[in-house]
Amino acid sequence: MEKERILIIGGGPAGLEAAYNLAENNYAVTIFEKDTEIGGNIKKWVKLFPDFGDAAEVRKNFKDKVTRQDIDIKTDISINELYSENGKWFAKNSSGNVYEGNAALLATGFETFNASRKEELGYGIYNNVITSVEFEQMYKTGKIITAEGKTPERIAFLNCVGSRDEKVGNHYCSRICCINAVKQAIEFKELVPDAEAYCFYMDMRMAGQFYEELYRKSQEKFGVTYIRGRISEAAGTIDNRIQIKSEDTLTGLPLKMTVDLLVLMVGIESSDSTTALAKQNEINGEYGFAKSVGLHGSDNLTKKEGLFLAGSCKRPLTLPETIADGRAAAIQIIEFLKLKVKN
Amino acid sequence: MKNWGYKISKPRGIDLDTANIKEFDKLAEKVPSAKRCLMCGACSATCSATNHTDFNFRKCHLMFRRGQFENISEELDKCMLCGKCKLVCPRGVNTRAIIYNMRIFLNNMDYKNI
Repeated sequence: MEKERILIIGGGPAGLEAAYNLAENNYAVTIFEKDTEIGGNIKKWVKLFPDFGDAAEVRKNFKDKVTRQDIDIKTDISINELYSENGKWFAKNSSGNVYEGNAALLATGFETFNASRKEELGYGIYNNVITSVEFEQMYKTGKIITAEGKTPERIAFLNCVGSRDEKVGNHYCSRICCINAVKQAIEFKELVPDAEAYCFYMDMRMAGQFYEELYRKSQEKFGVTYIRGRISEAAGTIDNRIQIKSEDTLTGLPLKMTVDLLVLMVGIESSDSTTALAKQNEINGEYGFAKSVGLHGSDNLTKKEGLFLAGSCKRPLTLPETIADGRAAAIQIIEFLKLKVKN
Repeated sequence: MKNWGYKISKPRGIDLDTANIKEFDKLAEKVPSAKRCLMCGACSATCSATNHTDFNFRKCHLMFRRGQFENISEELDKCMLCGKCKLVCPRGVNTRAIIYNMRIFLNNMDYKNI
């Protein structure tokens, strides 16, 4: 008998973990990945919080796990349409090819906030204002430098760029940026111990295991200075540095300073494919994310029979949460397919 | 000179480009736990002096950190060094040692001219 096939849209950690678990349970899987390589957003990271785990190694492990006969990985394929007909699921790409499966899993993940939407922070205007993703890419080269090639003597990280901000329409907390700022500040101080690192925040949300400990370590061992206050504006100086203004809310005084590099901790937004495919299937939730049936116990199910959700297409999730969610989705899909056979 | 009824007011803000923030590093060498402070304010909440005067240790500490030394010395005189603050600190900061050392630093520092 031919194996039942599951279509997985998105070759990031959620999709890959689900694919592996489905294949282990004797199902056939097709993964559609819009990029040339699988791995999703992990591709952009070097070290992972909070344990400075190697992102490349995590990716490699995933690759090893899903490289097998029963998993068909289709890269460079964007799925534009996802629909069901007579109990089967179909995915259609831009060139009109249609793929068929018995169930579909949406694992289309997230995209980071486009920082140029916050014009007052100077991203896209001043070369020394970068995003946390660009910091990661620079860190990959082994050094952090300004646009002029200078080693920064002073760096500032700004949290909540695109998160908890009504002005950009995102009321929610992206959850990963605080801890990522702590991680990147430590990485910077390890590279340039004599430099000053500042982190501007509204709240430090250290709600994961070992997050608070890392935050404490960044203060105690690395001397990172935390200033409670949101930077209201960034302006370039004549020598291409960045002058920032905020309130130091704990002293109640306005504060200004000049830094060599300003890093914007960009938040998590729903990816374009998440928004489009969720909308087509009427499972679109708030802020363009996909909506599950319920948070408790049915978080991988949608109101469409045979369509499942995994990972950060639902909401901002950390990597361990995403991986666990991919596995959870696989179990839900197996349950669904078994029940269908029985009936 | 004619008095027009206007005067030049000193800027109120903190300018970290000119502020002497290195003084805190010296303090932290004496009291390493100072670096761990979260500015939660538990110290001030329990402080007997704060409950009867406008003394605020948390703020004094932070102003010192930001290189804003004006008035801290006078403020710190309101502290009786009882150490209640040290008992409640969730990060185990040696608050009493911070006050004690801030007093010494401020006495030795020509901070009014900074």
